[in-house]
Amino acid sequence: MSTVDVRGRVSDVTGQELVGAFLLLGIVVLVFDLIRQVVVGELSAGLLRSYLWSGIVDSLYIGLAAIGLSMTYSILRFANFSHGDLITTGAFSGWTVAYVIGGAGVAEFSSRILLRADGGAPPGALEMDVLANPLAIVLGLIASAVVTIAVALAIDRLIYRRLRDEGGIPLLIASVGVALALRYLIALFYTTDSRGVVGSAPEWEDPPLLPVEAIDLHEATLVFSAVALMLGVHLLLQYTKLGKSMRAMSDNKDLALITGIPTERVIFATWVIGAGLAGVAGYLIVLDRGTIMINLGWFLLLLIFAAVILGGIGSIYGALAGSLVIGITINLSLVWIPADMNEIAAFALMILVLIFRPDGLFSGVETA
Amino acid sequence: MTARDDVSEALSRQPQWIRDVLLVGGIVLATYALFAVVGLAFGVGVNSIVGTFQQITFFAAVYALTALALNLHWGYTGLFNIGVAGFMAVGAYTMAMLTAAPDGSPPGLGLPLIVGVVGGMIAAAAVGFVAALPALRVRADYFAIVTLGLSEIIRRAMLSRSLRSFELGGYSIGSITVPTVELGTGGGSGIRAPSTDVIANYLLFAGGERGGDPTILGDVLFGLGGALGVTRSIMIQGTYTLVLIGFVVAFYVLLTRIAYSPFGRVLKAIREDELAARSLGKNTNRTKIKVFMLGCALMGLAGILWQGSRTLVSPNNFMPIVTFYIFVALIVGGSGSNTGSIVGGFVFAAFLWEGPRFIRSIARANFDVRAPPTIYDAFASLGSFDPMPLVGYLIGSLDEIRFIFIGVVLIVLMIWRPDGLLGHRKEIAAATDLSRRPAVTDGGETDE
Repeated sequence: MSTVDVRGRVSDVTGQELVGAFLLLGIVVLVFDLIRQVVVGELSAGLLRSYLWSGIVDSLYIGLAAIGLSMTYSILRFANFSHGDLITTGAFSGWTVAYVIGGAGVAEFSSRILLRADGGAPPGALEMDVLANPLAIVLGLIASAVVTIAVALAIDRLIYRRLRDEGGIPLLIASVGVALALRYLIALFYTTDSRGVVGSAPEWEDPPLLPVEAIDLHEATLVFSAVALMLGVHLLLQYTKLGKSMRAMSDNKDLALITGIPTERVIFATWVIGAGLAGVAGYLIVLDRGTIMINLGWFLLLLIFAAVILGGIGSIYGALAGSLVIGITINLSLVWIPADMNEIAAFALMILVLIFRPDGLFSGVETA
Repeated sequence: MTARDDVSEALSRQPQWIRDVLLVGGIVLATYALFAVVGLAFGVGVNSIVGTFQQITFFAAVYALTALALNLHWGYTGLFNIGVAGFMAVGAYTMAMLTAAPDGSPPGLGLPLIVGVVGGMIAAAAVGFVAALPALRVRADYFAIVTLGLSEIIRRAMLSRSLRSFELGGYSIGSITVPTVELGTGGGSGIRAPSTDVIANYLLFAGGERGGDPTILGDVLFGLGGALGVTRSIMIQGTYTLVLIGFVVAFYVLLTRIAYSPFGRVLKAIREDELAARSLGKNTNRTKIKVFMLGCALMGLAGILWQGSRTLVSPNNFMPIVTFYIFVALIVGGSGSNTGSIVGGFVFAAFLWEGPRFIRSIARANFDVRAPPTIYDAFASLGSFDPMPLVGYLIGSLDEIRFIFIGVVLIVLMIWRPDGLLGHRKEIAAATDLSRRPAVTDGGETDE
């Protein structure tokens, strides 16, 4: 497929700038309207704060998954449509381990191993929350990363490696096939029913130093784990030789090969980091939302793509910033548009950015 | 061996289109024969076998229609459009909103069906134009994400409660007053509109009312059906399927004419090397916009003929997965070949779509295959040397297995046979094959 870059003509640049200016103007108008609404009192400060907070929480799990998608996009050079189903894999595998360990003696093994596919004992009976069952929750978190990494490496070995030199589109199509097969393989075992698997979140009443009445401990776990993992990835990329090789490979693959960087080892590390984070993201989403379903990751995929594209493909800091924009957009847009249209705003933003700033909002080069 | 050589020699003297008709006809008949033999061997009645044939042919026709339209985008021009479902939705929804009864819920305009069909095609082309204008400048993989995002925006808008019903007009410009018009998408519950399969009623019944006196065609078909023990409703659906086959032929002729026209050569040139085509003075941007709009109009028409025949147009029929089914059909057949698109549509419908259902109904009728509640129970029985619960569970989850199978087929094709069944017949832009290289794979030309 010819991927000729047609941008760069003088007339196009002015058109782009025009639309870019319109976009900026629209955002400024919305910000002013937001301030007006808060000042006039149409929108209470508490509601605004809760929108912003859920925007940040959403952006954290989107960001965890976006790091991996951005890395595979820039290092393996294809849009991986099966990334969403790696999230689903992490959610199901992690919670299965948490159930097998945490629910021992309370519910039947046959019910626990399949995450209540038979509608067995409710999560409340198993005391599936971070305070009552911390060991099971932590082991589940680790298992979600480990299993997802194993699955991703197996898929790479079986499928993507054979297509390594075929170009982006055949890999993209193959990844759609992987997404379908993986999702419904999970469905074959766990059924397609969506169900609650997490007990109600314990709360920490009146925390000191914070202007809130209570902290949802499941949400706090999500925030804490996500921020810690992001920090870890940052340190890894900036201060290890592996990180340097990865950045070199996403910058210029041929040059990296000439310099003697072991390509396959870097690809291996890419899958380990990317899939591990995706699996953990899936696990944490379920911890926060309480319910699990097989479409969990697939429904998130386009939002994650939006975050990656907004930040500029290949830049993980860009992906995190893009996740923040997407997370805030889908929550703050509720001020103006009905709740069932908030994702439309995010997708529209993604399309506009793709068309008018294909390098991402921050015009980053394709590097970490 | 010699007999076979004789046949192939005789065939090679025929024009290409006769060979293609024989090829498609041969595949269809062989498949029908296979289904009939398997069905009769396991005691399936003639009525339900004919019903299965009707279903297979219906899905083959709609997948062939959409695959042909997609072939124009991807196979000929190299535009990687994965928002097919969205353009189908625009066509079907416009048709439904134009033709739905004004007193219905949601209300429509109550216009004649033909107005709805043409309007739906125009609307799909218009959305295609809006999408194409800026999107054609971006990279192929970005283009894919843009079109997928657009199709999701369309679907979510149709699903949204705030567009369930709305009013247009009701204001006046100077002395002209625009009347208020009530419209709506119906939100999650969809929109009820006249079905496009009334065409079958007009063909079979005098006056076009079901239950009226049959026309000559109706007499013949119902007589035939009665003799074989096939119900009237299957014959009526079968007639609509025949109408769809007519549309498939029309699409095929249109696309083949386009492919061999100067315009078609520009399309292939864009697919192979856009920069070279532009250097030769071809306005590739305008050509891409034109072909994108044409393809979108055809997708809209396919959406109308497919979803419009169900009386209820609902957003859940336009999930992104539908686009991927169409891609599987196109890739199975081999993108870049119109005959391949039709073969792919048929193979997809017969073996990936209806085949598993047929097997399930045979298994349920002949064997005691009750599914245990979970796969754990099935494996537990397997542990005590009773495989039947596992078989029952697998047959009960045949829908999931079908999805796995479709995914695996897609992967296997991309690895071992990216050309599909007939992709080697992809037409090249030049009059003679200058490269004399083996056929390149779709979308993956890295021969530099």
